[in-house]
Amino acid sequence: MQAVDFENVCFSYGREGEGFSLNNINFSVEEGEFVAVLGQNGSGKSTLARLCNALLTPRSGKIAVLGMDASDPGNTFEIRKNVGVVFQNPDNQTVASIVEDDVAFGPENIGLPREEIGRRIDFALKAVGMEAYRRATPARLSGGQKQRVAVAGVLAIRPKVIILDESTAMLDPRGRKEVMDVVLRLNKEEKMTVLLITHFMEEALLADRAFVMHKGEIVMRGTPREIFSRADELETYSLTLPAAGYICKKLQAKGLPIADCLRPEELAKEIERCASRQNI
Amino acid sequence: MRIEAEHINYTYNPGTEFAVQALKDISLTIEEGEFFGVVGHTGSGKSTFIQHLNGLILQPSAQKKYRPKKPKKGAPVPPPSVLKVGGFDLLNKKTDFRALRSKVGMVFQYPEVQLFAETVFDDVAFGLKNFAKEPLKPEAIEEAVRSALETVGLDYAEVKDKSPFDLSGGQKRRVAIAGVIVTRPEVLVLDEPAAGLDPLGKKELMALLHRLHADWCKTVVFVSHDMDEVAENCSRVAVFADGQIKYVLTPRALFSKFDELDALGLELPAAAKIARLLHEEGIDIESDFTPDDFAEKAAAYLSARLGQTEKTEKGEGGEA
Repeated sequence: MQAVDFENVCFSYGREGEGFSLNNINFSVEEGEFVAVLGQNGSGKSTLARLCNALLTPRSGKIAVLGMDASDPGNTFEIRKNVGVVFQNPDNQTVASIVEDDVAFGPENIGLPREEIGRRIDFALKAVGMEAYRRATPARLSGGQKQRVAVAGVLAIRPKVIILDESTAMLDPRGRKEVMDVVLRLNKEEKMTVLLITHFMEEALLADRAFVMHKGEIVMRGTPREIFSRADELETYSLTLPAAGYICKKLQAKGLPIADCLRPEELAKEIERCASRQNI
Repeated sequence: MRIEAEHINYTYNPGTEFAVQALKDISLTIEEGEFFGVVGHTGSGKSTFIQHLNGLILQPSAQKKYRPKKPKKGAPVPPPSVLKVGGFDLLNKKTDFRALRSKVGMVFQYPEVQLFAETVFDDVAFGLKNFAKEPLKPEAIEEAVRSALETVGLDYAEVKDKSPFDLSGGQKRRVAIAGVIVTRPEVLVLDEPAAGLDPLGKKELMALLHRLHADWCKTVVFVSHDMDEVAENCSRVAVFADGQIKYVLTPRALFSKFDELDALGLELPAAAKIARLLHEEGIDIESDFTPDDFAEKAAAYLSARLGQTEKTEKGEGGEA
């Protein structure tokens, strides 16, 4: 089944006729897929995320989440139970003063029995590697740890889809890696559907598919590699290649026989191969 | 203004069970004219240190209630501390910290969350009015606000009467920075100024900082987690870990310490990652670890190698 399906979706924050924040969006994400969304600030990425779990409803068009119509208020509760969003700032999404209470907030909200809530907390904290911090105070955790608790809070309601709306933007490299490792594992092992909104091109490389948004429209689609192979087009949307990809393009521009690379490991191998001149 | 710190310690919640020593014997000199980078993990003490620079965190001796204690007999005498920014002595409670703060601008992480006024003009003018010793003439305020907004690349006439909350994320951040530079500080301290911006926004912001630096803000100190940004922009970098300064080096010297940085759990810029992998295979390409310079040097290396092999091949062909 499709986890998320947008059909001709338009959305606007302003009054009617003031122009759209999202214009005629069509895309779908299969269950178990890992999809990255790229685009400039203000291109409509976060609006898209909010539409996916009925925080916003479209002006026109149809959104189906796990087969449910997102415009029908009767489905809102069920949709939010299945689509969890982790936002950018960990401090804005902490509700309790103890980690386990914070994680319990979601399950309590959907009215689960007490024993089940305990099991959910165990499961969720284990999934993000934060069991040892069960009784800790979120305010005393690092950014990466807080964000992992936020992910645990989402996991505790056992959603089928998790949306990360620039969830790693405020973290240091270690924190970013912690969160991305958890997300990758959830996707690979638990087959959780992941929609990753990010400015870090290196993170987008982890996805099965990616698309680029610009001024409220989807302007590029494909695997991350396909998208990054169209560097000039990417640049018109104010996006850049991952740094290794950029260096690679520069070497190619100098006429060196280097194949397309996006990761440092690949490029190091290519330079080595080129230096020892084993031809392709 | 020159920044000079020697033997600086700082403990949060001293004397309680939550006491945490955030700075341990920090010594660091940042010369006037530097574009100085500060890196380190969350909790390494870098924020505590930079908040000292405009007196947001005061050393005990600079606090109003401070009374010097008589040293205990026989106790070891700690080395004398120094904390100076330009002519301001930050260890002395008689220092005019208000004057210091108008000279040392501080841009926090996500400064746009601190916007509060009804119009962009009022928001930018706030700091200016606040720091002025006597009320400023309206024309003087207007001139300063106009200049600050134009410096950050906003159209004065277009944005001045708008609510700052109606602007885009990148514009909001510019307004917040305008609100800091409106007093023309001589030192600008920024905590991850480019975090959360898209690649183009990051580039524009760094260009703006370099413009300020070249123009009138002589010393820029910025905290960053993005090592590529550090490699491309800084004159020198201080690495904080566990409340101490581990290294103060140029980016070129710092990022060639592959193993040491690994041990500190810090990331390398992409170019340094590639250089490291190549180094392990016996290929050494020296660069300053910016993508452009690395590409240049790698291309030169490869062209030389390819040229050589071609020559030997031709040579061999001739003999045969």
